[in-house]
Amino acid sequence: MSQALVLQTAIWQEQPEVDNPFATKHALCHGYDVYGDILTKASYSEYLYLLFKGERPNPHQALLLDKLAIVVANAGPRDHSIRAAMNGGVGGSTAAGCLMAALAVGAGQYGGAHEVFHAVNIWQFANQDIDRCQQAMTQLLANKDVDIWPPMEHVAGFDPHGVTCATIIQQSLSYLASLMPNGHLAWLLTNRMALEQMAKGTLAMTGVFAAACVDLALSAEQSEMLFLQLRLSGAAVHALEQQQLGWKKFPYVSQLIDLQQDAPQFAMPNIDEFGL
Amino acid sequence: MNTLLEQYETHWPTTVGKAFLCDRVVLHGKDLHHQLGSWPWFKLYCFSLMGRELPDNQLKLLNFLWLATSYPDPSIWPNHIVSLAATTRSTPSLALMAGLSVSEATIYGRRPEKVALDFFYRGQKALEQGQTLEQIVDAELAQGKVIYGYGRPLAKLDERIPHTLALIRSLGLAEGKHLKFALAVYRYLKQSKGLSMNIVAINSSLAADIGLSPDEFQLLMTPCFIAGMTPCYIDARDKPQGAFFPIRCDSVVYAGQKPRSW
Repeated sequence: MSQALVLQTAIWQEQPEVDNPFATKHALCHGYDVYGDILTKASYSEYLYLLFKGERPNPHQALLLDKLAIVVANAGPRDHSIRAAMNGGVGGSTAAGCLMAALAVGAGQYGGAHEVFHAVNIWQFANQDIDRCQQAMTQLLANKDVDIWPPMEHVAGFDPHGVTCATIIQQSLSYLASLMPNGHLAWLLTNRMALEQMAKGTLAMTGVFAAACVDLALSAEQSEMLFLQLRLSGAAVHALEQQQLGWKKFPYVSQLIDLQQDAPQFAMPNIDEFGL
Repeated sequence: MNTLLEQYETHWPTTVGKAFLCDRVVLHGKDLHHQLGSWPWFKLYCFSLMGRELPDNQLKLLNFLWLATSYPDPSIWPNHIVSLAATTRSTPSLALMAGLSVSEATIYGRRPEKVALDFFYRGQKALEQGQTLEQIVDAELAQGKVIYGYGRPLAKLDERIPHTLALIRSLGLAEGKHLKFALAVYRYLKQSKGLSMNIVAINSSLAADIGLSPDEFQLLMTPCFIAGMTPCYIDARDKPQGAFFPIRCDSVVYAGQKPRSW
C-alpha cells in the first residue's frame, strides 16, 4: 500500500481520538490548546495575532489589531469589492461566489490587497525616513517588469483621485496611531501631508492599514492576506442585503455604456417561423 | 470641478461591445449572432481578447496549447483544489473558478508563461542588436531574474514538447525566430547548468512568433486548465463525500512550539 498524504506545519498540531484517527481530540496552535485553553482565555484578535505571528500579542498589539479589524470590516457599498459581492447577491449567487467576487476585486492594486502589499514594502523600506520613502515610491512606479500583476499606476497607499485626505481616514489614522505612539502609524500621522505631496495623492485606507501592519511586525505577504480576510464581513452583509432588496432596486448600467464602434445592422430571424 | 471620476460617473465610452437586450449584441464592431455565430468558441475567445482575427494555423496552435495541458489528474495542484471542492460537495462554478484562480502561480501557470514571453521578446531584440545569447542569458540571471521555461518541478521530461513541435511543423510555424532563440537558450542552460526545458519555453516563444503581447497571452491562457478540471470534479463528486485523500491527525507532521499554557 502506498504512503498516505503527509502535511508539514509549524502552526498546528492535532491529537486523534482513540476510536477515530480522522477526528481531533486536541488541537494545538503554536503550542496552545485551542479548545481547552485559548477558547476560554483569549479574544479573537489575540488568537488572530497568534495565528499570524506564532506568539501572543502584548495588550497594545492586541488592541491595535482589534481596532484595525473595525476600520476595514466594511468599506461600504461604493467600494469596488463590496459592489462585486453585491452584484453576486442581487442575482442570487452562492455565498462563496459573492465572497470570491469580493476577494478577486478587493485583491487589486487600486484600493485592494496588493496595494497593501506594496504599501507595506514602502513603509518598511522607508523605516520612518522621508528620503527613503521618496526612494521607495519612485522605485515602485519605475518598475515596469512584466508580471501577472500590471505595473502600479500610482503610489501604493495613496489615492490618486483624492482631493483632500478623507475624514474617515484621518480619524482612523489618528486613533490607531495613538495606540502605537512610536510606530509607523504615528510617523505617518506626523508626516501625512508631506508624504501626500510626494505621492501625488491623498492618504488611502490601504496606506493606513499597511502602516498598522508594519507596527504589528507583519510581512507584506501577511498584510495582504489579513486585508483580504478582514474586509469580507462588509462584503457578506451587503451581498445578503441586495439579495433581499431584489434586482429591481439594483442599478443596471446599460444606458450609461456608450458604444463607439457599432456593428452593421442585420434583420433578426423571424420568431414567428418557430411558432413562438 | 470635473474630476476624472466625475467624468466617468455616468458615461462609459467603449469600443469593445455592448448587449442591446431584445435586439443585438456587438463584439469589437461585429454582430455576435449574425457575423460571429458560426465561429468555433475558441476562435471567438481569441477575438474577444485580441480584437483581431487570427489565421487558422495560429488558432490551431493556440487551441493545442489549451488541449495539451488539459490533464485530468488531481495530483496537479489546481485540479486538486477542484477535487477538494467536489468532495466537500461545493458547486462546479466555485470549484472551477478556484482552480483557475490559483493557476496564476509562480512555479507553473500564468506567471512563468507571461514572464517568459517578455524575456523572449527582449532577448531576441538584444540578439538582433548584436549581443550574444550567452550575454543575454547571463545578464538576465545577474539581475536576479528567473528565466522561466527551463527546469520543471516534479518531472524531468515535459511530454508536451514533442507533440507541440510535431504540430508546429505541420502548421508551418516551426521556423520562428523566437522559438529558435528559446531552443538556443535551452542548449546553453543545459550545457552550463544542466537544466531541462519545459513547455513554457516552447509555448511562450511560439506566442512571441505569432505576435501576442504578454497581456494577451495571459488572458488567452487563463482558462487553459479547465478541461482537465471538469473530470476531476466529476470523479470526486461521484465518490463518497469527504473521501478525497482524507488525512489522519497523525499525518500532520508538526515542527513547532512545544505545548504551553495561555
